[in-house]
Amino acid sequence: MAVVSSTSSTVMNNVEAVRATLYEAMKNDERTVILGEDVGARGNVFLITKDFIGEFGERRVIDTPIAEASIVGIAVGMAMEGLRPIAEIQFADFIYPSFNQIVGEAAKIRYRSNGEYTCPLVIRTPYGGGVRGALSHSVSIEALFYHVPGLKIVAPAFPDDVKGLLNAAIDDPDPVLFLEHKKTYRLIKGEVPDGHYTIPLGKANVRKAGTQLTVVSYGLYLHWALEAAERLTQEGLSVEVLDLRSIRPMDKTAILNSVEKTRKLLIVHEDNKFGGIGAEISAMVAEEALFSLDAPIRRLCGPDVPSMGYAMPLEEEFMSSPAEMADAMRAMVKF
Amino acid sequence: MATTDLRTGSLERHGLSDEQLRGMFRNMLLQRQLDNRGFQLNRQGKVPFALGSEGHEALQAGAAMAFHRGHDILAPYYRDLGLCLGIGLSPFEIMLSIFARADDHNGGRQFPNHYSSKAAGLMSFSSILAAHLPHAVGAAYAIKYRGETGRAVLATCGDGTTSEGEWHESMNFAAVHKLPFVMLVENNEWAISTPLDKQMAQPEIWKRAAGYGMPGRRFNGFDPIQTYAAVKEAMDRAHAGEGPTLVEGTCYRYLAHSTDDNDLTYRTREVVQERRKDDPVPAFEALLLEHGIVTADGVAAMRQDVLRETNEATDAAEALPYPEPADLYKHVYEGAWEPWQS
Repeated sequence: MAVVSSTSSTVMNNVEAVRATLYEAMKNDERTVILGEDVGARGNVFLITKDFIGEFGERRVIDTPIAEASIVGIAVGMAMEGLRPIAEIQFADFIYPSFNQIVGEAAKIRYRSNGEYTCPLVIRTPYGGGVRGALSHSVSIEALFYHVPGLKIVAPAFPDDVKGLLNAAIDDPDPVLFLEHKKTYRLIKGEVPDGHYTIPLGKANVRKAGTQLTVVSYGLYLHWALEAAERLTQEGLSVEVLDLRSIRPMDKTAILNSVEKTRKLLIVHEDNKFGGIGAEISAMVAEEALFSLDAPIRRLCGPDVPSMGYAMPLEEEFMSSPAEMADAMRAMVKF
Repeated sequence: MATTDLRTGSLERHGLSDEQLRGMFRNMLLQRQLDNRGFQLNRQGKVPFALGSEGHEALQAGAAMAFHRGHDILAPYYRDLGLCLGIGLSPFEIMLSIFARADDHNGGRQFPNHYSSKAAGLMSFSSILAAHLPHAVGAAYAIKYRGETGRAVLATCGDGTTSEGEWHESMNFAAVHKLPFVMLVENNEWAISTPLDKQMAQPEIWKRAAGYGMPGRRFNGFDPIQTYAAVKEAMDRAHAGEGPTLVEGTCYRYLAHSTDDNDLTYRTREVVQERRKDDPVPAFEALLLEHGIVTADGVAAMRQDVLRETNEATDAAEALPYPEPADLYKHVYEGAWEPWQS
């Protein structure tokens, strides 16, 4: 699916893939600006934009006041007037003050102006737990936004997808919320093709083929699910793992194709279960493929509590482990 | 700054020609006529909603004179009929919005008064107060970023909006980056039903400018010439790359907030009648008559012309079709769209 202009590749982790992609975007298009808290001299709290300010200058790498609503709002105005801003919310937990600018403004500008104005904007933000981030540095926010027509939401798990999807998000003529799981930033390494390429938004990817169960996931849990599926392989069981990559739009065809083959569906995500991404997938599969199913759909998701806690047991209890995922997969295969 | 005094009848033109002064007055008459028409159409059951700007006519006619068409950007709010007319929207475009016709810039999607026109430099905005101000600041950043000289963003809001966090965030960012940005506050003393003293302890909004490190000025928004001079001075600063300015025009909201509001629930008719004594439309007419810039016959002819133009715009817009039901699904994203991708 990726349009690759080079056969060579480089091994990177996810944070390096974000950085390399942003760097190329800044090199390639003078209209691109980056704005957010501590993106300049500090080079972002994860060092994603380290040294950018020296190369591109403070007019293109903008250290904003601590004011999330206007970080997004100013980026919206820039996008309406011809720039290609990439706004950063330092942690996804801090995105709430900008909720109206994302949901009420960015997502509706093309629509409410009957196409006269557009909002080609990328909002990047690190999300997710497993890093002792407590209540305000751990949340998953995707379900709060995936209800919103006018937005696109991407949540890649692997560095090659980070690059291809971030390039696609930057090129996209509409606002894209780009979610980076911070636990994967340095944990996940992989080959990243050199040169410019894009991966279309809305296309899932079968990361592991199998025949007895479809597991749909994204972000950090996609990696845990792959690990769990590998354990089941050693037990002689065959699990297919689908990486959603894009949450809105979502790849219906890939999900249905897999479910038609395996006849069982498990959805695994870190975000809360109630009203989460898994609910929409479950409803879609029930509407479209109920009679292909040999077992009830199951969701293994974050519990219905406000957040994981800072204390280790309160984080571990919230998060699902590869072992728990393996148990759920085993039970479904044997159903 | 020398000022016109509408009470004593002295006239300081600030460089405005007779023709420009008459143009401002005509804009004021047109505002009042179109406002009135919106309310009439609502009472006739032809449109579900209307919202007027009565009391803001002078302020908006004056401010619009400081806007450079084809260069500047206007980021207005929903009580800015006169500004939108003054930067080039036609009564027909206003009526398309009131009637929610397919040919409206917004395709009949938005409430009336939420005008938008990329061609006119009029930024699309929502009903969420102050949400448009970061957009205005972002547009000003784009102007400065591209090194465009002689361009600026004129943003407006009412007194109520100055309580929003994004008002503060926008002012602060504009000041930090010395952006070509003018914040024009139209202080009509009412945030729907909430009076000024329930909105802020310090009622002179312009004084907040000092807190942001930018110049601030207050002017009598019932005087279109004084308004023009104050807004022009601010826009000149912005055009010259000297940074943002806060300007506050005092005026009054003569009508209820909208056709869905009954202002007798929070203020008396007598209070409004007292303030009507300062109504800027007859006051400016008297000034222009006194100085021979218009004649009584000329004013009568102008009123007739404004009525004719309003009638023609009303009839022309009313005769046009609504959007099609299928239009609901357009412009969600670029191109055709389903949330489920196949």
